[in-house]
Amino acid sequence: MTQPMLLSEGLTQTYLSGGRELTVLNNITFEVERGGFVAIVGPSGSGKTTLLGLLAGLDRPSAGRVVLDGHDLADLSEDDRARLRSEKVGFVFQSFHLISTLTARENVQVPLELRGEPAEARAEELLERVGLGGRSHHYPTQLSGGEQQRVALARAFAARPQILFADEPTGNLDAKTGAGIVELMMELNRELGTTLVLVTHDPELAGKARRIIRLADGAVVEDHATA
Amino acid sequence: MKPGFVFQLAWRESRKARRRLLLLVGSVTAGVAALVAINGFTENLQVSVAEQAQAMLGADLELGSRQPFSERVESLVDTLLTGTPPGRKAAVTSFAGMAYVGRTEGARLVQVRAVEPGYPFYGSITTEPAGRWGNLALGGRTLVDGALLAALGARVGDTLSLGEGRFLIDGVVTNVPGDVGVTSAFGPRVYIPAADLEATGLVRFGSRVDYDLYLKLPDAAVAQEIASKYRLSLRGERVRIETVEDDREDLTDALTRLGNYLGLVALIALLLGGLGVASATHLFIRQKLDTIAVLRCLGATARQVFLAYLVQALAMGALGSLVGATLGVLVQQTLPLLVADLLPVDVEISIAPRAVLLGIALGVWVATVFALLPLLAVRRVSPLVTLRRATETTSSRRDPVAWGAALLLAASVVGLASVQVGSLRDGAVFAGGVGAVVLVLWLSALGLSKGIRRWFPSGLPYLWRQGLANLYRPANQTVTVVLALGFGAFLLSTLFLVQHNLLREFRLGGTEVVRPNLMFFDIQPDQAGPLSDLLETGGFESPPMVPIVPMRILSVDDRPVTRGRVPDDDPLDDPAVDSVEADSASGPRPIGGWAARREYRSTYRSGLTDTERLVSGEWWDSTAATWDPGTPARISVETDVARELGVELGSSIVWDVQGVQIPSRVTSLREVNWNRFQTNFFVVFEPGPLDRAPQMLVSLTRVDSAAARGALQRRVAERFPNVSAIDLAQVQQAIEGILDKAVLAVRFLALFSLAAGVIVLLGAITTARLERLREGVLLKTLGATRRQVLWILVAEYVAIGVLAATVSIVLSSTAGWALAKWVFEAPYRLPALSLVGLTGVIVGVTLFVGLVSGAEVLKRPPLEVLRTET
Repeated sequence: MTQPMLLSEGLTQTYLSGGRELTVLNNITFEVERGGFVAIVGPSGSGKTTLLGLLAGLDRPSAGRVVLDGHDLADLSEDDRARLRSEKVGFVFQSFHLISTLTARENVQVPLELRGEPAEARAEELLERVGLGGRSHHYPTQLSGGEQQRVALARAFAARPQILFADEPTGNLDAKTGAGIVELMMELNRELGTTLVLVTHDPELAGKARRIIRLADGAVVEDHATA
Repeated sequence: MKPGFVFQLAWRESRKARRRLLLLVGSVTAGVAALVAINGFTENLQVSVAEQAQAMLGADLELGSRQPFSERVESLVDTLLTGTPPGRKAAVTSFAGMAYVGRTEGARLVQVRAVEPGYPFYGSITTEPAGRWGNLALGGRTLVDGALLAALGARVGDTLSLGEGRFLIDGVVTNVPGDVGVTSAFGPRVYIPAADLEATGLVRFGSRVDYDLYLKLPDAAVAQEIASKYRLSLRGERVRIETVEDDREDLTDALTRLGNYLGLVALIALLLGGLGVASATHLFIRQKLDTIAVLRCLGATARQVFLAYLVQALAMGALGSLVGATLGVLVQQTLPLLVADLLPVDVEISIAPRAVLLGIALGVWVATVFALLPLLAVRRVSPLVTLRRATETTSSRRDPVAWGAALLLAASVVGLASVQVGSLRDGAVFAGGVGAVVLVLWLSALGLSKGIRRWFPSGLPYLWRQGLANLYRPANQTVTVVLALGFGAFLLSTLFLVQHNLLREFRLGGTEVVRPNLMFFDIQPDQAGPLSDLLETGGFESPPMVPIVPMRILSVDDRPVTRGRVPDDDPLDDPAVDSVEADSASGPRPIGGWAARREYRSTYRSGLTDTERLVSGEWWDSTAATWDPGTPARISVETDVARELGVELGSSIVWDVQGVQIPSRVTSLREVNWNRFQTNFFVVFEPGPLDRAPQMLVSLTRVDSAAARGALQRRVAERFPNVSAIDLAQVQQAIEGILDKAVLAVRFLALFSLAAGVIVLLGAITTARLERLREGVLLKTLGATRRQVLWILVAEYVAIGVLAATVSIVLSSTAGWALAKWVFEAPYRLPALSLVGLTGVIVGVTLFVGLVSGAEVLKRPPLEVLRTET
């Protein structure tokens, strides 16, 4: 039996808010197989982003555990988790989160540089791949939203991650540009065999995934494969 | 819209950014504090001088001379004192001599003051035990400085020998009005009754003696009038006259000038603060672009938005100035502790309203003027930014208003400096200097960021490259930080270098040629032999003694020396007394000036010493035996004095040596290094002409251990009571003590500049903090460990720190060299090791401040990046 790429087991997150305990995520359990494409959907406040953060090891859960490519995140320190991310994880954010003081190419280089790998040629190649070949010296403010997200995508795939987390990647983009971005993500998913975990409240975008996990009030209410 | 809108906007707009605005406040605080402190202290000083002037002089009039007063002067004094009630006079005779306490066998060079009863007529000299001053007149007793008792291991009740005289130490002098505390370091004061002066036998031929006569006039109100009436004629008698008013004016002028120049150091702190205001405003506005654009979309005019932010800056400047002024008043209380020993008055500290108001006004002005330039950009923010950030780049065309603001800024710096120094020229020079240093620092910072970009060290590990690249990336802080840090460091290291080089001159070089460190002077010719014997039997070297012959100039190239400009109806004139002026009407144009009138203490010898260098003419090759009494004596003159006198090779000078005329001819000019502990002379005669002139001798020797030096001085003091000794180690200590104290005050103020620099640094880093925070957290999300993020920060701040340190040290080395060459005329050497240390300190401070404010980057969990929306 092959090991799943991602395992979430009894994942629970509670916060103290105004003296009251607030359960944001309640006993979430699921697996994602290698090369899979999962969309996590749900209304605002259903705990999607919190779940994504826990899955990527950006935060620690109150209970339950996350196993990423065989590594139980609970056993790892913050820096170990950072190292694990640099090796296996890519990110795409709703608001792009490019480093504004770095050029497009430098942004793409960051994950490679952190791992001490040759970065420049690969970054150029990826920018070419996302259609920004001539823009590598531009700063984020000099790029449109769609262009910025394409740079973010190039960055996400730069280190050939085994899993890519995307948080509303098209949320700040118009429909056409958004669709282009999703196309790109799926192409890269196919080409590189990267596992995709996508958080969105856009049903059309979710429809492109091979599996949909629906959250409501911090719990999984639906988990099914698409046609 | 109402003007109230501007204020409302200013207030509401500040809510979210108060922390950053507080940095604006902090920027001006240090400078205002330093200014208020130093200016307030100067004001207090002026008041104290005015109040204590009479006590400082101790009389209505003081006559002073290097020689006993002539009959003409004595009779003038008698006339002045006639009246009802009659005036009074008291003479004080001062000279250096050896004090010796037999019980402890301690000997020390002291300043003896033989005082006549009555002195001082105003103010009082306090003693411990109290009230002993009046007993001095009883005779046979002395009052001394506390320092002397410590040096000799003596106590009140011991017997003190001065020359041939014996005195009971009756008490310690605790306060003498008008006396500068540190001078006692050169020679503790010993007061003896004038009646016992003869008994000491110390005032002999050739001794350097100051004769002062203190007068209490029948009518004190006419003192000034008398002084101006007789000043010139008295100058002819080589007597200077001083009044309370002269004293007060001189002192007030000197102290005010000193205060003003110290204030410049404080002003630098304020200007650095201004730099902080400018950079904080600049970055602040950048982050406010969205807000400004939204405001513009909603219909606020460019003017309103500009004014709202200007009001913010003004308010912060005012707040910072108020805090600074309060701090300054507190600091003002501590200044007397630093400088008390350097001042002739007891300063009473009180809040100086003028200084406080001036400080606040300057603070607000600096904050406004420096904020203006970056604020002007607000007017050009397009409302379009709300839709698309990229349009933020405002048109590159130069804004004429910005030129105006820049001009105002430059004019303000010149103006502020001129007001502080009280002279437009000095103000402009200062502003020019500050401008030059800022320019060099700015160019270096710019060069660094451009250079790193151009020749990027791509071979370095990623973290270093990332850190270094931060130096040129958008929103970098290179220029601000280098300027802020560099200026503070420049000031401190210049001070350090000057002090170091001045002190080095006086230190005994460990590996250098063995130099003499003990000097005996006032040796009478008949004592020369026995003293040499004493030295030699003690095993000390006894080089030939140096003769000293006091003399004055009668004429230079046949031009007689005047006694100053004498009015036709000389009020002192008495037909019975001949005066040199009598000839001056007919003969060649007389010469005057200090160099012509002063007393020369010349020597004669056959060779040059190692502190002299012949620059023109020829040295004589003669001995006393070869001198032809028919020819003028050949002399060698020091170059500076030659210039003052207007003599050159071949000039003739006629000397008055104790009434005997000695003609001479200048046959060579010499340069002299006066900084060596050596007997140096303005004028050296060839051997022969002065052999029989009345003279005294000086002997130099070297004794390595302090104990042996003390013992030798004691033995000489016992055998030759009139011979005085100077111990170089003591002189060095005294000079270092004074220099240390003077430098301490300046350094204290310079610290404020460094403080201002650190606040600006903090401001620059904090303002760029958000950027860094986002970047750091993102890097962590992308898999960077805390260590990696930390190293990036370290690389950036080390690079900036090294640059700031290097540039400021190079600048200060140049400035120090210029000061040494043109102001102090001393040789200059760089203390390499200390400078490396200083570099380390500057880099350390930068790194520390950078990492402290960057610590948050390391702490923030990466999840936040998902939550923060731009």
